[in-house]
Amino acid sequence: MNNIRGGARMRLTALVRKEFLQIRRDPSSIAIAFLMPFFLLVLFGFGVSLDADHLPVALVAESPSLDTADFLASLEGSHYFAAHYARTMHEAEQDLRSGKINAIVHLRANFAAGLRQNDGTPIQLIVNGVDANTARLTQGYVQGVWANWLARRAQSRGQELQMPVQLVQRVWYNSEVKSRNFLVPGLVAIIMTLIGTLLTALVMAREWERGTMEALLVTPVTMTEILLGKIIAYFTLGTGGMLLSVGLAVWLFDVPLRGSFWLLLACSSLFLLAALGMGLTISTLARNQFVAGQVAIIGTFLPAFLLSGFIFDIDSMPSVVQFITHFIVARYFVSIVQTLFMAGNVWSVVLPNVLALALLAALFMGITWKKSRKRLE
Amino acid sequence: MLIRLLALIRKEFLALLKDPKSRMVLIVPPLIQLLVFGYAATFDLKQIPYALYNEDNSAISRELVAAFDGAPAFHRVRTLQAESEITPLLDSRKILLVVHIGQHFSADLLSGRSAPLQVIIDGRNSNTAMIALNYVSDIVQTYNTKWSAAHGLSAPPARLESRAWFNPNLESSWFFIPGIVGMLTLVTTMLVTALTVAREREQGTFDQLLVTPFQPAEILLGKALPGFIIGILQGTLILLIATLWFHVPLLGSLPALYTGLALFLLSSVGAGLLISSLAVTQQQGLLGAFLFMVPAVILSGFSTPIANMPQLVQTITLIDPLRYFLVILRKVFLEGAGFDVLLNQLWPMALIGLVTLSLANWLFRNRMY
Repeated sequence: MNNIRGGARMRLTALVRKEFLQIRRDPSSIAIAFLMPFFLLVLFGFGVSLDADHLPVALVAESPSLDTADFLASLEGSHYFAAHYARTMHEAEQDLRSGKINAIVHLRANFAAGLRQNDGTPIQLIVNGVDANTARLTQGYVQGVWANWLARRAQSRGQELQMPVQLVQRVWYNSEVKSRNFLVPGLVAIIMTLIGTLLTALVMAREWERGTMEALLVTPVTMTEILLGKIIAYFTLGTGGMLLSVGLAVWLFDVPLRGSFWLLLACSSLFLLAALGMGLTISTLARNQFVAGQVAIIGTFLPAFLLSGFIFDIDSMPSVVQFITHFIVARYFVSIVQTLFMAGNVWSVVLPNVLALALLAALFMGITWKKSRKRLE
Repeated sequence: MLIRLLALIRKEFLALLKDPKSRMVLIVPPLIQLLVFGYAATFDLKQIPYALYNEDNSAISRELVAAFDGAPAFHRVRTLQAESEITPLLDSRKILLVVHIGQHFSADLLSGRSAPLQVIIDGRNSNTAMIALNYVSDIVQTYNTKWSAAHGLSAPPARLESRAWFNPNLESSWFFIPGIVGMLTLVTTMLVTALTVAREREQGTFDQLLVTPFQPAEILLGKALPGFIIGILQGTLILLIATLWFHVPLLGSLPALYTGLALFLLSSVGAGLLISSLAVTQQQGLLGAFLFMVPAVILSGFSTPIANMPQLVQTITLIDPLRYFLVILRKVFLEGAGFDVLLNQLWPMALIGLVTLSLANWLFRNRMY
């Protein structure tokens, strides 16, 4: 009895050793585990931001006066805008068309006179709506400047501003409203999906394609042991990459980690298992490396990028699409990391997502195991 | 010569399409992905779950509440009785925001003071939070205008009139769907090109190809054309879906759009073949494909504007062909652009294509392995 179990352990050790030898021989897996997260996270962590700053804006005053100068100066003073004066509306429109500027603030000739009339005077704001999100931000910022200007103006005249309901907003978990704080944890999830899947997407297919799987199977090792050997080897490699990513997020990008590091580590390990399982499933079903590689290219990055809730709000998607997102491994991990990083150990978010990850990991491993055994018959 | 080349192209197509699984992979997923992503990729919020905490409970505050309930994007999931209920609800992501009306709300309003309306919002996704706050502020402003008119308060001396060119309703899917066209085209060319040379190297057939009378340039052409042809066909199909199914207006010049598509394919096929000729194994090819594809998408300006990036990263994006193609797609679709505006986007892609293809050509013979 002891002898058999000891044999099993020896066989497994040998299999893991074989995987590591193969990893060493073609260093691309090591590159996938370490180079890729480092390169991608550094590039994106610095590069990706939704916080618009210095938006190029043209200011047009048809008949400049103290009043127009007063309003336009408050736009120029805001760090949200890089404002410059355009002489005519025609010139400004040309710049808007060519993409040199994002918006035009236009004060008509009767602006100063209109200020002193009862029904007020219009301030025209034209934005380029192609990038709807930036356009909305621009509108919001101009609105802020406008409201401040009104308040200041009323105050300097000793009047009270007539603003019946005043919105007081408080943003929890991310009070500086820095988009990097949610983009970086999300990117960790996306990059880890790629790494987990890429590490294993080709390994089963490669053994079948080269005939080495048959060679392995005539030895006393079982299919379960072969699979375990691969999982152990690539899990070790993937964990290294994951620690690197989390470390970068915390120390290089200063994303606050409010939850527990150990809980993050535990969730990440589970997620890594699910991602590795997805890779193994692709590899087993595709049976050759070329198709497995193609499926990995199509099936991993874009779905994880667009359907995980990383930037696009899942609640706002149509229900069919929401249903599909349940099969995206990254979706659960994005939710976990965003919460653990920014809100803390919120069990009501972590537990359901952990459960889903465990189910998906079991599903993928199950498919791989079943399909691999079937091929023997 | 021509016959020789045709035979080579035929071989490449066969290698791509003879495996039924490979055939499936090329045709079905891009179409499904366009449909799914087309619905998923939008910053417009359609379902904002919120909780109401109304300590005032007068007719006046109920009018404001009615404005929230009547807004199609807002969906009240909870009505709170105590402040302590807020934290667990926000923590668990069951709601995005809390609308809190204090107990002096109507008294303040009636006595002519400003009445505060507190909104507490989950900032874990700060972009979603800012958009939702925008929606809230719209509702409050409408309410204020109505209140001022009804109570004879004077209007502010200046009012803001906003207009958006090219996309009057600021539909964010109009921005993203042309972008998806570019992304899926990139993915398809990667599929077709990134692994081909690596596969032949791994199986040894590339050496056989090199000892035939073919010139490296001919081999390159044979490898490049299938990607190019499949890219054009699939691009056309995706463009049709974008306009006919998603009704994104296509205002500009089709010849300009197709010139853009052709040059983009040239540059991405070049990048794919360069990766493929550098790789000795398919595993390396796959790694290379991702190391190119992922940054190409994320730094292209698809979801986060290039203008927001630091200068150094902006410089790096200059070698990203997708960056140029996205500008072309969006300008042609929404702004009705033609060749004159797009020249600055076209030549960089041609340059990237030339450089990558010549490098790949050189590597075919000179890559040691």
